[in-house]
Amino acid sequence: MKNSNLYSGEFACLEKANIDTDQIIPKQFLKSITKKGLGPYLFDAWRYNDEGYLGKKLADREINPDFVLNKSDYEGINVLIADENFGCGSSREHAVWALKDFGINVVIASSFGDIFFNNCFKNGVLAIKVSQESLNEIFKEQKENFQKQIEIDLINQKIKIPNIKSINFDIDDFRKNCLLEGLDDIGFSLKYESEITNYENKIKKLRPWILND
Amino acid sequence: MSQRTLYDKIWDDHFVAQREDGSTLMYIDRHLIHEVTSPQAFDGLRQNSLIPRQVKTVVATPDHNVPTTDRSKDIEGIKDPISKLQVVTLNDNCDEFGINQFKLSDERQGIVHVIGPEQGITLPGMTIVCGDSHTSTHGAFGSLAMGIGTSEVEHVLATQCLITQKQKNMLIEINGQLQKGVTAKDLTMFIIGKIGTAGGTEHVIEYAGSAIENLTMEGRMTLCNMAIEAGARAGMVAPDEKTFDYVANRPFSPKGSDFDKAVKYWASLKTDPDAIFNATYSFEASEILPQVTWGTSPEMVAHIEDCVPETRKDDKTIKSALDYMGLKPGTKIKDIEVDQIFIGSCTNSRIEDLRAASKILIGNKISNRIKRAIVVPGSGLVKKQAESEGLDEIFKSAGFEWRDAGCSMCLGMNPDQLNEYERCASTSNRNFEGRQGYKGRTHLVSPIMAAAASLEGKFMDVREI
Repeated sequence: MKNSNLYSGEFACLEKANIDTDQIIPKQFLKSITKKGLGPYLFDAWRYNDEGYLGKKLADREINPDFVLNKSDYEGINVLIADENFGCGSSREHAVWALKDFGINVVIASSFGDIFFNNCFKNGVLAIKVSQESLNEIFKEQKENFQKQIEIDLINQKIKIPNIKSINFDIDDFRKNCLLEGLDDIGFSLKYESEITNYENKIKKLRPWILND
Repeated sequence: MSQRTLYDKIWDDHFVAQREDGSTLMYIDRHLIHEVTSPQAFDGLRQNSLIPRQVKTVVATPDHNVPTTDRSKDIEGIKDPISKLQVVTLNDNCDEFGINQFKLSDERQGIVHVIGPEQGITLPGMTIVCGDSHTSTHGAFGSLAMGIGTSEVEHVLATQCLITQKQKNMLIEINGQLQKGVTAKDLTMFIIGKIGTAGGTEHVIEYAGSAIENLTMEGRMTLCNMAIEAGARAGMVAPDEKTFDYVANRPFSPKGSDFDKAVKYWASLKTDPDAIFNATYSFEASEILPQVTWGTSPEMVAHIEDCVPETRKDDKTIKSALDYMGLKPGTKIKDIEVDQIFIGSCTNSRIEDLRAASKILIGNKISNRIKRAIVVPGSGLVKKQAESEGLDEIFKSAGFEWRDAGCSMCLGMNPDQLNEYERCASTSNRNFEGRQGYKGRTHLVSPIMAAAASLEGKFMDVREI
């Protein structure tokens, strides 16, 4: 699936450091054997005032009106901006599946948990690292001017928010291409079939305990 | 050749190809699978008509969802139908693709990071992955072991390779002697308190120094287990004689001349004396005291003689953590009362952990303040070994429940959970909000500190027992 270069939309801020993947999607929802349908449980313990479980209907939930994603101003956002070390902790890819199912296709923070960061790109979610200064500027602009408009230009690696100087960001070429071209990772790696086979033949001699019976 | 670190050497020896997009294909020697992060990966294989490339390198076991009481009914004993479906799905997938699985009824079943080393599946110099962040545990053997997401699980099954990029090298050196009553768990928590939960991000940590060399293999596993809690995808300790002795004669480890050849290779993996690290830390072991976390991130940690921090008005992070934990700023750690005790998890459920905790409990009873105290051995074989040494009787006479192997209350995917607002002294690895149960409160400690807390119903200094 190809993504367009521009990710225009609206953002919400979660101004909190070290948001772990247990918060993004709590454990009881990891029992799902599919990738779908996790959006309603994104940030479950923060978004609702009752304990959730897989299959619990929205009509039976007590919404926490103070949680940012429950505020009507932020309905339909596609960009989430959080503080440092977002997505630390558990490797659960369910965290990214939940964000995506909710409608978020970009996450911005000053740093990310390594495994979460990888998982984002495997699912077409753009994760962008920006400096803490830029982050603070965005938080401030949203607070003071209720700003929520955002445009991300992936090809030119720029974030544009009204009233803020355009923010440049770095991204690895392979992650960028992965998003722009929508590459099939496994298909792409299997183009290296002969290299993999050569490697295996080599280690069968060098380190026979790895692959031999 | 230039001077290389342990990580550099393993990286070089597993390099398969550079993809045209600049990423590297790294060969994976062992792939561990459990029921929670694999179903979607197997679905992906089926959709693309793929099969595991090297099925013999894959080993599976159910651990996250499994009950720890009464295994007599096997899978039928899993009461939650959704949990049961996940374990059944693992069985079906392993049967369909011919993957070796230690099923729920097998005495070798257990936490995936306990059974890997126990069976000799984990060996020095290997690359090991699992869809679980605590895969870093296996780095104790001088392997490069990393947690991966489900998409990567699928990719590794199909290609036997991981798409990756070289991480930076970090050295954490601990010299000197740990005090009596201070364990590898305290050491690893102390390090996280110093460098923070993002301190190791984008790095592979090598732990070195005399205090690390003196750790047992079990201690090294506890240490590397929590490298991920310092933000590093992998933590490692250079393999030595202790490592080779540990892996010798295990069911999956090489035998005879293969073993001799392997030891020769493993011994060559040590970091070269002039290798360069991108970041270096150094700590003195004797200065480390028993550790207790007080907040909702593993970096929120204090020593037993210390207090919960005072909050400044502008410190929202500390305030929100203390609110969640139900603690007043400035509370003495020794004044914190607990409701539950959990001894288990991939961090601290090995035989050495159970031996040490049981020693504290001999001839003692848990406090009547404690609502529940449980011991969950890391594997069926750890349980069997502990029972042969009579440890189960010590735990039971003290008032602990003696359970079957699994992840249990480390993350409460099975029925072992905290009730709302209950406080737990736990030997697990994460004190995140809701981790052990909705609104539950977790304090991470070593097994002997957990055992000591069970006696008084509050934290005490195990060095004084």
